[in-house]
Amino acid sequence: MTDAIQSAHDTTIVVAKRSKLRKLADNKTLWRGIASIILFILFWEVSSQSKVWFGIQVPFIGKVPPPSAVLENWVEVVQRPGYWQSWYLSFMRVFFGFIVAMIVGIPFGMALAVNRYFRDIFFPPFEVLRPIPPLAWVPASIIFWPTTELSIAFVTFLGAFFTIVINVLGGARTIDVQYLRAAQSMGASQWDLFRRIILPGTLPSIFTGAAVGMGITWEVVVAAEMISGGGQQSGGGLGFFIWSSYMGGSLAQVVVGMISIGIAGYFSSSMIRYIGYLFMPWRRIF
Amino acid sequence: MAVKKKKTSRQKASPAVRERGTISIRNVTKIYDPEGVNVMAVDNCSLEIEAGEVCMIVGPSGCGKTTLLNVIAGFHSLTSGEIYLDDELLCGPDKPLANQGADRMVVFQNGALFPWKSLLDNVAYGPMVQGILSKSDARDKARDMLAEAGMIDVADKFPGEVSSGMARRAEIVRALINDPKVLLLDEPYRAMDALTKSIMHEALLAMYDRTKVTIFFITHDLEEAIFLGDRVVVMTTRPARTKKIVSVKIPRPRDYKLLSSEQFRLLVEETKDAVHEEAIKAFEAGERELA
Ligand SMILES: Nc1ncnc2c1ncn2[C@@H]1O[C@H](COP(=O)(O)OP(=O)(O)OP(=O)(O)O)[C@@H](O)[C@H]1O
Ligand SMILES: [Mg+2]
Repeated sequence: MTDAIQSAHDTTIVVAKRSKLRKLADNKTLWRGIASIILFILFWEVSSQSKVWFGIQVPFIGKVPPPSAVLENWVEVVQRPGYWQSWYLSFMRVFFGFIVAMIVGIPFGMALAVNRYFRDIFFPPFEVLRPIPPLAWVPASIIFWPTTELSIAFVTFLGAFFTIVINVLGGARTIDVQYLRAAQSMGASQWDLFRRIILPGTLPSIFTGAAVGMGITWEVVVAAEMISGGGQQSGGGLGFFIWSSYMGGSLAQVVVGMISIGIAGYFSSSMIRYIGYLFMPWRRIF
Repeated sequence: MAVKKKKTSRQKASPAVRERGTISIRNVTKIYDPEGVNVMAVDNCSLEIEAGEVCMIVGPSGCGKTTLLNVIAGFHSLTSGEIYLDDELLCGPDKPLANQGADRMVVFQNGALFPWKSLLDNVAYGPMVQGILSKSDARDKARDMLAEAGMIDVADKFPGEVSSGMARRAEIVRALINDPKVLLLDEPYRAMDALTKSIMHEALLAMYDRTKVTIFFITHDLEEAIFLGDRVVVMTTRPARTKKIVSVKIPRPRDYKLLSSEQFRLLVEETKDAVHEEAIKAFEAGERELA
């Protein structure tokens, strides 16, 4: 498989060398995306500057600070180390919870998929716990874990864990039986079957689970930071940043926090997509 | 070096006379779900297939052709009867489910190349997992075999990147690298256009002339059946039994001029009559079930 990745990679490089810039310039999707973001910002600026449209009070957007004010605030905020500290803390929490969820969730989901006894024993409790929203775990988690940091990490973990497991299980159970039959008649052992058929066959679902799980982790981390006040011991995080900006009455700064989370989330899911791209050369669209 | 290797593999792949690959199907019955709603898919079916024969199976839709193939391959158990491969019992009353093994390679109805492996790695898979060859030797051999089948240009592509015809040919190469006694094909060229099909047929016949492997080939296309087969077995409507066996005494190698010959046309007519009769029975049985 590594060889396959390598050769596919080589092809990509050749294509990339030939016309990377040109392609970028020709990319209509990209230009449309940029244009629509600019339009959106313009619309936002104009409408939040003029609170009254044709004599009608605009209910929502009139209260939002204009992008110029947000930008101004942002320029000021990025000079404060506390802001970057918040980024750092939230990222660490998200990644800690997420990575633990992957490490525990993938083998757990696989075991559920391939072993009947394991499934009979562990699936029922799993299904009872799964519908509980991660945030409902916050109080119990605070009582249960010695530090706020750990309780936030635990809740974050739960957010990703259930999604990842259910995706891995679903993916592994729906592998086309013909692949299994073909491999078996070619003499694959149980281990070969697992390693060379079930595992790669489940990879797409693993990455789907990871992408959805990553989204949930950000939701959960931000909410947990708000609820726990970021913690006296730990403090900070982008969720807490938003909350304290709100308490301090700076609406522009609240929006700065919101956009920061948007960027952080986008960055995280791009990373997952990129890793998926590296791991699944056969799914690349040329 | 590469040339040398190719020669040896060619020698190995073409034994002068094929002494193995006889399938003997004796009074085989298959009933799905014997406890609940019984569906009798195959009823007391007997068929002798010689070593190195191309045996084509035709019959109405849902009559039990795939079921029979699955029993031979070891995917399903049989209910009664026996199947032998070269005088060795595959399955019988005491052992209803045959072992799955590389002596019987299946090419599936919908294609089952592993999408996550390149064509080359797909072909190399069998010898590698069986531990017959090291990974790099298996890949060398796979490359030789793909080259022999005229597919060296696409060897490093993934199945999703090549046409369905190309994928199906690679799948046959993947089966053959295991040097099976029997090749089991379940409508491999279904849903292909006539032109692609004719290319597939040419490739299959070329491959067959090289290996003389026994072929058990299910199809709905009667012209395909006559063009490729030594014998065409017409199955009855469900439960499947052999209704008629048409012997195709047309010498090999065959080519496409054959299609316009009188002999060919007569054989197709003969088969069509038998299949048509069964298809009507199947249709009427279906009507009765609905009424
Ligand atoms: N796993 C199964 N359980 C129960 N019944 C089945 C099963 N597989 C097939 N059957 C039934 O057995 C009968 C024969 O099916 P089979 O797939 O062997 O037919 P076929 O001749 O291959 O048909 P086609 O030409 O459409 O592929 C059908 O009535 C089908 O519904
Ligand atoms: Mg069938």
